[in-house]
Amino acid sequence: MRIAPAVTQRVAIGLMWALTVMTLGVLLFIIAFILANGLPHVTWAFLTTPPESMGRAGGVLPMIVGSLWVAGLAVLLSAPVGVGTAIYLTEYTREGRMTAVIRFGADCLAGIPSIIFGLFGFVFFVITLGLGFSILSGALTLSVMVLPTIIRTSEEAIRAVPKSYRDVSYGLGSTRWQMVTRVVLRSALPGICTGIVLAIGRSIAETAATMLTAGSALGFPHSVFQSSRTLALHFYVLSREGLSMPNAYATASILIIAILLINLSAYWLMRRLVAKVV
Amino acid sequence: MTQGPPGNHEVEEAAAWLMRRQPAAPSSAYCPVNRPAKMRIEDFGAAFDGTEVLRHIDLEICACERLAIIGPASGGKTTFLRSLNRLNDLAPAFSKTGRILLDGQDIYDRKMDVAVLRRRVGMVYAVPIPLPWTIYENIAYGPRMAGVTGRDRLDAVVEGALKSAFLWDEVKDRLEDLATNLSGGQQQRMCVARVLALEPEVLLLDEPCSGLDPISTAKIEDALVELKSKYSIVLVTNNTKQAARASDRTAFFLMGELVEVGPTSQVFTNPTHHRTGDYITGHFG
Repeated sequence: MRIAPAVTQRVAIGLMWALTVMTLGVLLFIIAFILANGLPHVTWAFLTTPPESMGRAGGVLPMIVGSLWVAGLAVLLSAPVGVGTAIYLTEYTREGRMTAVIRFGADCLAGIPSIIFGLFGFVFFVITLGLGFSILSGALTLSVMVLPTIIRTSEEAIRAVPKSYRDVSYGLGSTRWQMVTRVVLRSALPGICTGIVLAIGRSIAETAATMLTAGSALGFPHSVFQSSRTLALHFYVLSREGLSMPNAYATASILIIAILLINLSAYWLMRRLVAKVV
Repeated sequence: MTQGPPGNHEVEEAAAWLMRRQPAAPSSAYCPVNRPAKMRIEDFGAAFDGTEVLRHIDLEICACERLAIIGPASGGKTTFLRSLNRLNDLAPAFSKTGRILLDGQDIYDRKMDVAVLRRRVGMVYAVPIPLPWTIYENIAYGPRMAGVTGRDRLDAVVEGALKSAFLWDEVKDRLEDLATNLSGGQQQRMCVARVLALEPEVLLLDEPCSGLDPISTAKIEDALVELKSKYSIVLVTNNTKQAARASDRTAFFLMGELVEVGPTSQVFTNPTHHRTGDYITGHFG
């Protein structure tokens, strides 16, 4: 017997609702669970003091600083390279074997598990280049890891700029470089920023790759050549070794809130940029 | 009788303005022989991916004239126009034969700086394409890229260009508004102003009125009359009436070939080639 279209319609809508609610429910449950367990332990002292006895007591100040250093430096290194690659791929070369190879390479890079990046960073930056466990090694490793994200999102953003803008710019006697910097990048900026924000989020959340490259020293980092434990790694160590579950949840809460804040401020910034540019 | 809504009133006023308007300067008085050639096209041919689009074009564009190019679709009109400032170079599979001279210098020569050429030979596209910035930034973009700096100098350039395009009075108080908020006709005049800001020697217009209402069209045609005292104007149009109104000479392109060129009055009243007459009277095209 045929089922009436009106019935299938209802069933489909109901099913999609259920799936949406389930997905959001799981996400909200995880966040709420961590915040409920962690937030009560997040105090001003926790944020501003170094850990004591391996993290059983004390705070997480060095990890906050270490995370900011590693993630900030990683994106600072990869953003110019990634955006530059995207510009080259879209504006300075014709589609061909070369662009296909670069794009394929970037896609492969995006699919590699982060622990492999960690291993590569350990072998190459830590040992071969002799940088040791350090913020610099971690940042360099992460910059390679987030490069594909930045390349791909920037490329999409640049491609979305209408071709007619390029014609107009050329028609008004601009060079290719002027056209790219004044017209294309200006219009593509919001999209490029989105990619960079995604990259910051990934860098801050990364654990495996930083464990093998930035190390897990507990001290306060005074230079990029020193080892520093990131927040994500600190959480991992605290919970894995059963040092202090309250402090582990508190660290995780800080991590979640930090990523939320970064995303929100980025969207806010982007809205202002878009309002100014478009 | 009751007062109509303000919208109606505006329309009536505009219609009255259109009726009062003086027709464009008489085109019959023009004699091409007395003018020096600004651009000379010699045996020019163009092809995309090996497919010939233009064949054996020989044409002179005189200083301070308005040359209209008419002809049915896909006759090579736009390709010809885009060849004059090398915009076709941007298409990957473009190739050409013959020469195009600007003041005696081959524009396809290695020594020619393409950016400078495009400033000297400016282009207005069929569809107004405002960059998503303010009116001021749109007009100042070209001069800035050419190295003009200083707010005072740019202000003067922007004002001059907008006045030449008959747009100044409508936008002088809103230069910092987004150009995308202008009406279609205003956008197209802004695009004309944007090119004029570069003080070109030749102005190329590719069906500039194709998407505009009669009043906006009239305003652009009026601007062309004023502009021809300073620039050579090449106007591609699908509207034969516009060619008749707004040009001194007319060239008829058919299937990639230049069929005939002559003073507009002669081409329209007494064409030498029967295909031209057929097209103008609407038998084909």
